[in-house]
Amino acid sequence: MSVPADATTALREKFPQVSPRASLDHPAVNVPAADVVAVLKYLRDEFAFDLLTDLTAIDWAEGATPQFTVVYHLLSTTRHVYLRVAADCTDNVAPAVPSVVELWPGANWHEREAFDMFGIQFTGHPDLRRILMWDGYPYHPLRKEFPLAGIETVLPDAEISEETKTKVIAAPMVGGPFVASSGEMSMTEAEPAAKDESWSERREKPE
Amino acid sequence: MPTDYAFPDTAAKVAAARADGGTGEFETEKMSLSMGPSHPSTHGVLRLQMELDGEILTKCDPVVGYLHRGDEKIAENMTYNQFVPYTDRLDYLAPLANNVAYAIAVERLAKLEVPARCQAIRVITSELARISAHLMGLGAFGIDVGAWSVFMYSFTEREKLYTLFEELTGARFTTSYTRIGGLQRDVPEGWTGRVNAFCDQFLPILDEILAMLTRNKIFMDRTVGVGVISREDAIGYGLTGPNLRGSGVGSDLRKDRPYSGYEQFEFDVPVGTKGDCYDRYLVRGEEMKQAVRIIRQAIAKFPGGAWYATDAKKIFGPPKAKVLSSMEELIQNFMLVTEGPQMPAGEVYFEAENPKGTLGFFIVSKGGGVPWRLKIRSPSFCNLSILPKVCVGNLVSDVVSILGSLDFVMGECDR
Repeated sequence: MSVPADATTALREKFPQVSPRASLDHPAVNVPAADVVAVLKYLRDEFAFDLLTDLTAIDWAEGATPQFTVVYHLLSTTRHVYLRVAADCTDNVAPAVPSVVELWPGANWHEREAFDMFGIQFTGHPDLRRILMWDGYPYHPLRKEFPLAGIETVLPDAEISEETKTKVIAAPMVGGPFVASSGEMSMTEAEPAAKDESWSERREKPE
Repeated sequence: MPTDYAFPDTAAKVAAARADGGTGEFETEKMSLSMGPSHPSTHGVLRLQMELDGEILTKCDPVVGYLHRGDEKIAENMTYNQFVPYTDRLDYLAPLANNVAYAIAVERLAKLEVPARCQAIRVITSELARISAHLMGLGAFGIDVGAWSVFMYSFTEREKLYTLFEELTGARFTTSYTRIGGLQRDVPEGWTGRVNAFCDQFLPILDEILAMLTRNKIFMDRTVGVGVISREDAIGYGLTGPNLRGSGVGSDLRKDRPYSGYEQFEFDVPVGTKGDCYDRYLVRGEEMKQAVRIIRQAIAKFPGGAWYATDAKKIFGPPKAKVLSSMEELIQNFMLVTEGPQMPAGEVYFEAENPKGTLGFFIVSKGGGVPWRLKIRSPSFCNLSILPKVCVGNLVSDVVSILGSLDFVMGECDR
């Protein structure tokens, strides 16, 4: 099997809907969400991208279109090259992409994680449950609107919750969170200073 | 909620047994068993929800996430240098190797080349971390299958390594040694000599440790032919590191896509043939010997010169003495601490060959000192995803062997 050095050229001839993607290191392509399975299968079978090393998602924050992008990193164990494949989710409210579990069984847990953290539906996934957070957790923590400190939630076990009368509370960060911000903004906005001053060491946290 | 101990169909079974005069076969039923999250052989907080037919597993559902701390969320809210200590706590058995992987990933983003001395120090620390992690892995694996003494030997050696780490970084466990564009500090006087001395005395002890297991009848009975992972499965499930190589795939990023100057060193990549627990053990044993080989070469031609990127003023901080005496360096240091090392916008993905497998960092930057998104591709997470497949059909006691041979760390799996 002759393998061309750069799979992206051949890929774009076969799938005209594939477009190149800006990247600082490995070759990268944008693929429409509907064609993900066909494109990845072609890459796996024809270009020996046999190892799905990573599958994750990016939240571009509310207001951006598309808001969610699913990113696949493929590695060829024979040619030793990476390829990044990105698929934008067309729907911002209920983002969804087809599952690739049939191509790589290892995608199962990666997709569960992306569902858990971002709420992206992987259609055709055999067992799309939360994996890192507990079943029934109401939020998707890696979305940009989810605060760093967390959100108060009931305990996963209703029995223990009733017995102990406790909840999962937001992280106590007095005067904080002292976080830096990314992007183009003035230094006073970007520097890691107290963003929420409604409570501090001197002032009690409002109940 | 009171647990109902009366099985609903007990009465029916008794009636059926009485009806045929007690000569019929016993009725069997499957049992569900939860192993972990606090179980000594799950090496942390992994829980296996198993369905058993007698002592044979018919289903296995690993439950992970007990150690989830939201490292990726935290990373989005701090500067690149501030995240270095968090990488210690991924695979906490090899923090030095994690530090290096993270630093190189960010440097790829900044298109920054670090000097040869810095690269050599990073190679030495990564390989020392590999020895330390594999020693722990072998020791714990030994305990899992009933060989206690191996752990004592391997921990004695880890203690010596910790002394070296402490001398280099100031910390024994969570080292936080790398900085973006360099290191926390240069190697202390005479440190490389002491590393060499460690290597000299380590190899005979390693042979002794491996001799306790390699032809040990009990160890072989528990591992040979147990938990076989085929080449196709290993690749399909995204296994990496010794677990992938144990299944006969000679994939090692240090050879395939050399980083940090690995191309200068001669070493062999051990590869298994059958893909069983025993092969994975053998691969780890040999990897330690190869690590010693790399360390010795790196020390033999240890380069001089700068140990940090001197031309990257917006990324690597100035020397402390200058910060306290010169206005320009003070401002530079202040900007670096408050705003973080300034990065261009873009996306990079870098994977390093860590002890557990390939640790990857996918960084999406919009410019500035904070990543927009930082995804940690953790090898333990991927390695554990094969459990539902590989455990089914095995005895419960073999699951313990399989877990030990996969050598995972939950801190890294759950992030």
